[in-house]
Amino acid sequence: MSSPSQTPTGQIDVDRLKLDFPILSRPTHGKRMTYLDSAASSQKPAAVIDALANFYRTTNANIHRGVYELSELSTAAYDEARDKVANLINAASPRECIFVRNTTEGLNLVASSWGRANLNEGDEVVLTVLEHHSNIVPWQLITRERGANLRFIDIDDEGRLKIDQLDDYLKSGNVKLVGVTQVSNALGTINPIADIAAKAHAAGALMLVDGAQSVPHMPVDVQALGADFLAFSGHKMLGPMGSGVLYGRRELLDAMPPYMAGGDMIRTVELYESSWADLPQKFEAGTASVADAVGLGVAVDYLSEIGMAQTRQHEKEIVRYALASLREVPDVTLYGPEGDDRAGVVSFGVGDVHPHDIASILDGEGIAVRAGHHCAQPLMTRLGLTATARASFYLYNDETDVDRLVDGIMTVRRVFGLGA
Amino acid sequence: MADLYREQILDHSRNPHNFGEIEDPDFTYEDSNPLCGDRVRIDVKVEDGVIADIKFSGRGCAISQASASMLTDMMKGRKVDEIRELTAEDMLDELGIQISPARVKCALLGLKVLKSGAYGLTDWPHER
Repeated sequence: MSSPSQTPTGQIDVDRLKLDFPILSRPTHGKRMTYLDSAASSQKPAAVIDALANFYRTTNANIHRGVYELSELSTAAYDEARDKVANLINAASPRECIFVRNTTEGLNLVASSWGRANLNEGDEVVLTVLEHHSNIVPWQLITRERGANLRFIDIDDEGRLKIDQLDDYLKSGNVKLVGVTQVSNALGTINPIADIAAKAHAAGALMLVDGAQSVPHMPVDVQALGADFLAFSGHKMLGPMGSGVLYGRRELLDAMPPYMAGGDMIRTVELYESSWADLPQKFEAGTASVADAVGLGVAVDYLSEIGMAQTRQHEKEIVRYALASLREVPDVTLYGPEGDDRAGVVSFGVGDVHPHDIASILDGEGIAVRAGHHCAQPLMTRLGLTATARASFYLYNDETDVDRLVDGIMTVRRVFGLGA
Repeated sequence: MADLYREQILDHSRNPHNFGEIEDPDFTYEDSNPLCGDRVRIDVKVEDGVIADIKFSGRGCAISQASASMLTDMMKGRKVDEIRELTAEDMLDELGIQISPARVKCALLGLKVLKSGAYGLTDWPHER
C-alpha cells in the first residue's frame, strides 16, 4: 500500500508531505524556514496536533480507576497507543513498553532500578565515548553508589566504535551491562548493535540501547537486535514532547524494583508495606501523560504508513547529497563516518568560525541548525573540539533544504571574510 | 542578522585589543559559558584605585571575544569602583547590536568575569 505522501515508485513525496506539518510553512526572520534540527526535536504533523486537542475534547478522564464511559475510553486509548509502540519495535508484549517522559527518564529508570538491584562492588558497566550525557551521567551516579566501575569504548578517527575494546573489557567477566547508543546524536554513526549485543550476551552481560536517534529514523526490532533495554523519545519521532518509551524484557522488568512509587503502581498498600502492580503499571506511578501517549500512537501510525524502511532510505539519500554538497564548500570540515553506517546527522565546522556564530548567521537566513557540544562533551573532548554545528534531517527535508544550507554557509564565509 | 556581525564586532574578534595576560595582576578571574564553552579570563593591575592595565584571554564565539575586547578598552584608566556600576545595558549599548536571548550570555561573559574578579559577583549581570 502506498501512502498519499509517496510517489508511484515508493519514494517519499516531500513537497506533499511538508503540507502535513503546519509549522514548516511558518516564516522565520521573514524568510522561508529550513528546519534542520530534528535530531533535537522533530516537527509534528497536523494529525498529531489534532489528536492532542481531540483527546481533550472527547476522551479526557483519568485512566484505570474510573468505571464510567470516559475513563474507559481514555484507558482504551492509552492501551492502544502502547500496542502501537510495541508493534513498531517488535516487542514480544506491550507490557514490555513503559511510558516515560523521554529517553533520559527511560535510561535513568534502568540505571536506578536495575542498577541498584544488580550492581555490586567490582562490577563493570561498559559505555561508549559516543554516548549522550543521558547515557553517561546516570551510570556515573549509580556505579559510584554501588562501588562498580565504568569502562568506555573509544572511537576511530571517523567516529566508529573500536569494537575490539569491548572484547577486552568483556574478558574480565565482571561486565554486567553494555550500554550503547544505536545512532550517535553528534556524528550520526550507526553502531552495530546486534553484534555488540551478541558479544555482551556471550559474556553474561545485558544490552541497553539508547534508541533516541534510531527509532524515529529506521526500522528497529528489539528482538532481532538482542536489546534487553531500549529507550526512545516521542518528540523526536513526530510525537508530543513529554512522551517516551522504555522497552525492557519482561523477565528483567518483573525482577526490578519500582523506580517511582505512588498511585497506579501498587497492588496493595498497607501502612508499612506494599506490593506492586503488574507490568507496565509497576513503572508508571502517578497520572500518566495520557494525551501525549495517544499523540505518540498517532505519530507511529503516520510513520508506519510511510514506512520506516522508506524513511531510512530517504534520509540515506539526503545525507549522501548533503555530504557531497558540503564537501565542495571551501573551509568546511565534516565530522563522522563516510558510508552507509551514517544516519541523517551532519556535524560540521566552517574555518575557525565558532559554531555559535555559524548557527546565528544561518538563523538569520532562516535555517535552524544546532551548535554546541550536543550533550556529548566527552565525545567533543575525544575529537579535540569544544563544539560543532549540526544539521539533522528527517522525512520532511529534501535536497532544496541542503542547497539552502550550502548557500547559508557561503554567507557565513562572506561575513567572516573567509576565502577573501 | 548580518547586523550582529557588523564590522566593529568582527574587527575586535579577529584582532582583539588588550589580549594576553598580566604577569603580576592585582586580581584575575576566569569563567566559561557552559552552553557553548566560551571561556574568558581577565587580569587587572590597579594603581591608586584606577585600572592601570587590563588584559583578557580566552576563546569562543566572535560575540564573546569581541565584547571582552571592547570591555577592556572601556575600562582601562577608569576607577575600579566603576566596575560595580557597570550594567548589562551598558555593555550591550557599547556593542551596539541587537542580541537575541540565546546569545546574551556570550555578550556578557566578559562583564561577568570582570565583576567576579573585582568584587565577587558570580551571577550573570542581566539576571535577577
